[in-house]
Amino acid sequence: MCGIVGLLIKNPALRDSLGALTVPMLIGMAERGPDSAGLAVFTQPIAESDRKYSLYSGTTVVDWGQLAQALHQQLGGTAQIHTQGNHGILSASLSPAVVKPWIHEHYPAVHILSTGRTIDLYKDEGQPAAVAERYGFSRLKGTHVVAHTRMATESAVTPAHAHPFTAGEDFCLVHNGSLSNPYSIRRMLEPRGIHFDTDNDTEAACRYLEWRMQEGDDLKSALQKGFEELDGFFTFLMGTQDTLALVRDAFACKPAIVAETDDYVAIASEFRSLAHLPDIDHATLYEPAPEEMYVWTVS
Amino acid sequence: MNSTTKITPFDLTTVSLREVNHYLHHQVSSGDQVDILHPNGIHNLAVGLQEAIAVDIHGHTGYYAAGMNQQASVTIHGNAGAGVAENMMSGRVHVKGFASVSAGASAQGGLLVINGDAGLRCGISLKGADIVVGGSVGSFSAFMAQAGRMVICGDAGDALGDSLYEAVLYVRGTIKSLGADAQIEPMTESDQAIVANLLEQAGLSYDPTDFQRVASARQLYHWNADAKQDY
Repeated sequence: MCGIVGLLIKNPALRDSLGALTVPMLIGMAERGPDSAGLAVFTQPIAESDRKYSLYSGTTVVDWGQLAQALHQQLGGTAQIHTQGNHGILSASLSPAVVKPWIHEHYPAVHILSTGRTIDLYKDEGQPAAVAERYGFSRLKGTHVVAHTRMATESAVTPAHAHPFTAGEDFCLVHNGSLSNPYSIRRMLEPRGIHFDTDNDTEAACRYLEWRMQEGDDLKSALQKGFEELDGFFTFLMGTQDTLALVRDAFACKPAIVAETDDYVAIASEFRSLAHLPDIDHATLYEPAPEEMYVWTVS
Repeated sequence: MNSTTKITPFDLTTVSLREVNHYLHHQVSSGDQVDILHPNGIHNLAVGLQEAIAVDIHGHTGYYAAGMNQQASVTIHGNAGAGVAENMMSGRVHVKGFASVSAGASAQGGLLVINGDAGLRCGISLKGADIVVGGSVGSFSAFMAQAGRMVICGDAGDALGDSLYEAVLYVRGTIKSLGADAQIEPMTESDQAIVANLLEQAGLSYDPTDFQRVASARQLYHWNADAKQDY
């Protein structure tokens, strides 16, 4: 069991409240996932040439300011960092091909959780309410959010195994369910040069779908191939730079419910996570059908 | 409503689920009416009721609402989560909105009415209750249903009635596919009377002659050693 949560704000006036609206949704799914929680928030894109990197240092104390300064001095370009405890959001006018190896070499204790122009990502062990408090989720602003509460069933409880998982740039995925063929997916992808950070089944789905998009598929084509290749039970919620996407397996074993109003699209594993949302009594509510694609775009 | 009816309102934003369920189990008498406000998707609401009371729930319920019901009449003025009226023994559960997966699972008696659609596995392992769905049902509905009747006013998804025993299904719309051993049979006058009666009880007005009957071909009842891997 896990809890998934998503919110896409249609009304620009509500975008400053994205985090405040999301936190009760996340905490509402705490019973479905009490061991870890995470959230990816999509903001207005930064400059075309720049990239944001969400960094996590675990129990290692990192001088984030020094990291940004050293990066700037050694590689040039601009580098700024926004920190929240053991997480840092580094913005730099340098490509991932340069920044990632440099961080791995000079700060081996730092994990790169996400890369892109819009995505900021936080995830950690602990009760969802504690994780939300630790990283100030209620203050987050943006266009859409993908969040997750985890109850580990198939791999270890560590921050790295928490969701969302990411691959490539500005792409993340959260999952409720379990896959039965993650290792065959992995054996197909690794010879193609795709690196895995964990042994988690969700990571296989995330990297598979992102690989399909790298190969030229649009999101819907990638998801269609996912229905054919990814075996198991799943409700997947994905975020890209400007979309939220939701799919369930053919047996719809794992729950999901959608609420749409003029102001937002909200998704959760159960309605109780949506009950507090503004004007929910007038929302259009429905359960997504098995093997159907639901994609909402930021306007 | 007669003058002796006791109406008790509960607001789940101010009263705990445990208090409400305790009241429904221990402090009601036959004929009482209880109104419940703001269920907000809470699980296990109005479960295991044993008295002939009326319970009106104003809003959406979470998992297993009105499960194991006996005698009570529970109306959900909203949508129901997974497993509504699961293992109902008698009485009536009425969902005004849609019901999530496994509605009426293993229900042994009574009537479950769903005005909207029902999700997958509606009436799975049905053991004697009647289910009337005003909308459509999802795939694998009535899987291994053993006794009882389902009236489906809309469409049915894949594998309807897979491995049916003696339950009978009546479908007004299209059936995406039948499950193993389920077959469409002629509607008799008796079938039409059953459908008319259940529709009337559910407050729905459709023409009983528009329905098809689905029942078991009974080919799975006996082990056929010659069939080998045929099924």
